[in-house]
Amino acid sequence: MLGKNKKWKDPMFTSRLDESQPRASTFMRWMIFAVMVVTSLLLAYGSWQGLKYIQNYQQLPLLIRLISVLCLGVGGFSLSFFLLVRAVEQLPENIQNRITPVLFIGPTIALLFWILVIPLFRTIWMSFLDAKGVDWVGLKNYIFVFTDSSMLNSFRNNLLWLLLGSGGCILLGLLIAFLTDHTNSRFSSIIQSLIFMPMAISMVGASIIWRFVYAFVPAGYEQIGLLNAILVQWGGQPQAFLMDRGVNNILLIIVFVWMQTGLPLVIFSAAIKTIPEEIIEASRMDGANEWQIVTQISIPYLRNTILAVATIVIVLTLKVFDVVYVMTGGNYGTETIANQFYFEMFRKFNYGHGSAIVVLLVVLILPVVAYNLRRYQETLELK
Amino acid sequence: MMKNQDGSSMETAVSSVFLSQASGIFRKTRKNLPRIGNYCLLTFIAIVWAIPTLGLLVSSFRAADAVSESGWWTILQNPNGARLTLDNYLIVTGNGNSPLVQGQVAFDEKGIDVLQPFFNSIMVVIPATIFPILLAAIAAYGFSWMNFPGRKYLFFLVLAIQVVPLQVALIPVLRDFYHIGINNTFLAVWIAHTGFALPVATYLMFNYISGIPKEFIEAAKIDGASHFSIFLNIVVPMSVPAFASFAILQFLWVWNDLLVALVFLGFNKSAIVLTQALVSLSGTYGNRWHLLTAGAFISMIIPLVIFFSLQRYFIRGLVSGGIKG
Repeated sequence: MLGKNKKWKDPMFTSRLDESQPRASTFMRWMIFAVMVVTSLLLAYGSWQGLKYIQNYQQLPLLIRLISVLCLGVGGFSLSFFLLVRAVEQLPENIQNRITPVLFIGPTIALLFWILVIPLFRTIWMSFLDAKGVDWVGLKNYIFVFTDSSMLNSFRNNLLWLLLGSGGCILLGLLIAFLTDHTNSRFSSIIQSLIFMPMAISMVGASIIWRFVYAFVPAGYEQIGLLNAILVQWGGQPQAFLMDRGVNNILLIIVFVWMQTGLPLVIFSAAIKTIPEEIIEASRMDGANEWQIVTQISIPYLRNTILAVATIVIVLTLKVFDVVYVMTGGNYGTETIANQFYFEMFRKFNYGHGSAIVVLLVVLILPVVAYNLRRYQETLELK
Repeated sequence: MMKNQDGSSMETAVSSVFLSQASGIFRKTRKNLPRIGNYCLLTFIAIVWAIPTLGLLVSSFRAADAVSESGWWTILQNPNGARLTLDNYLIVTGNGNSPLVQGQVAFDEKGIDVLQPFFNSIMVVIPATIFPILLAAIAAYGFSWMNFPGRKYLFFLVLAIQVVPLQVALIPVLRDFYHIGINNTFLAVWIAHTGFALPVATYLMFNYISGIPKEFIEAAKIDGASHFSIFLNIVVPMSVPAFASFAILQFLWVWNDLLVALVFLGFNKSAIVLTQALVSLSGTYGNRWHLLTAGAFISMIIPLVIFFSLQRYFIRGLVSGGIKG
């Protein structure tokens, strides 16, 4: 700190001479700076302590707690940051120029390192330690990951999720996008917003909606689940679908497809409108039918969009957790990798196993990252 | 001008494709002969899509025994058997003893209360939406309009970390929170949500803020404005659309989140958010559909209002930054 100050002293005085700033003002500014920094730090500390206190103070009425938590949280920390930035503005310009970038991007970078970058490496490290995260066990956790029967089952399930879940979203999205392209815009925007709507609600809410669809009442009573009611109507026996290892995974995937098809749909349907009319007209002149136009012209034209959407949906599928957690709890052979992670980490408190599963998840998502990064790289090199 | 071009060139290929297309979402479809088949098929798909939600909505307004004795679709054939009531909503909001309740309330249903979790969700979601916007906006300004060593590498890091699954961070971060004594508090969830959202937020804000014409910034600089004044007086007012679309996304992400809440709030009964309350409701009262449907619908009200009133911004935001770690 001292060394830096010394280095900056020279230009500081020259600039003072250049701009004929009085000496006292510089001193005063440093004083103001110090006072503002101290105030800012006190404010941040006070908000922090206040929040911790109010959090545990249950007697306060709900609304007052709500307002005070928001004031202290949002107001306190923002004001503290505001003061800090304004404080730095009191300093001579050349010092300001060095500190301001740190203030601007510092909080974001620091938080990213604390919450994401460093934990990534800590998790990798923990995947080589035992259940308590103390002793080195080498590759034992990874051996567990690749030999444990429910882990193997979760791999199989995730593959099914990738094929039917990601595939289903993209194909359905494409299909509906092509269908809506030929209808009037008012109709198609209603259809699109209906199909997009589930993206706004939580997976927990969606899971309850669908558990109700799959609900089971023993034979002889009136079925209240839609699926069983249809089954019984057609002369079948009611099934406890979610416990049926033959179909339960597919039923969970349906919930996911129901939720996520909206995104591919809107992206594709916007992309379809960018296909030049002339190409389609020309091929129609050449006698191509609708199917040929879609498969041989439109889809190749949309290739990049489809790939980009696929990366998003694949990442979502690989991380799927809530749907399984709420609908079956990962029982009856429905476990997925992300559920196994939660189970090992927070039910069995086996940090070694849990970390190894997460590392595997990262490795699975890595190809997607690489694909996206290559695109970033291409655009960054243009600089 | 150079700066401006640089900024826009840094948009990823993915998002520039998306953004240019997103603006076309509501453009008129091209003039094609309307096809009856398309309309029929689409109507069918839309009905299939809407039916599960409709079933939830209808059931949440039916009396307990009506829900468990007949399918919700029977109200079409037999409107008298529907037995519509607000009881379910009164029970799940902790008003089981209220004189407004018409039917019988089971003894063990009187302790249910999703109202407190509803407020907890609000306490979690507002700061967890505002913090990432503030931090990301000012960082994005730094990345686009300031020069400092390592700028490119740091920004690349922000981009790269975007796709790392947040599961990676849970245990290490949980341990840190434990050491500083904020486990099971809103502070913990705020910090976690903010951290997890920052990569996407910074990236989205950067795309927007780096595209602001250089003349605005230069002119203010000549007038002697500091970076922070430029940020507050010029950049923030101009970036409101970007803030809005990210705010909607983040609001819904946090409101709908289960995993982060489970990990950082645990089942600390006074702090649990709405999704957790629903999960425990669904665990304890798994077959009492009159309660589950009402609870689920309460959790969906705010997302649905946001969706139907701000649909365009929501879709635009999702389309331009669909990946979140």
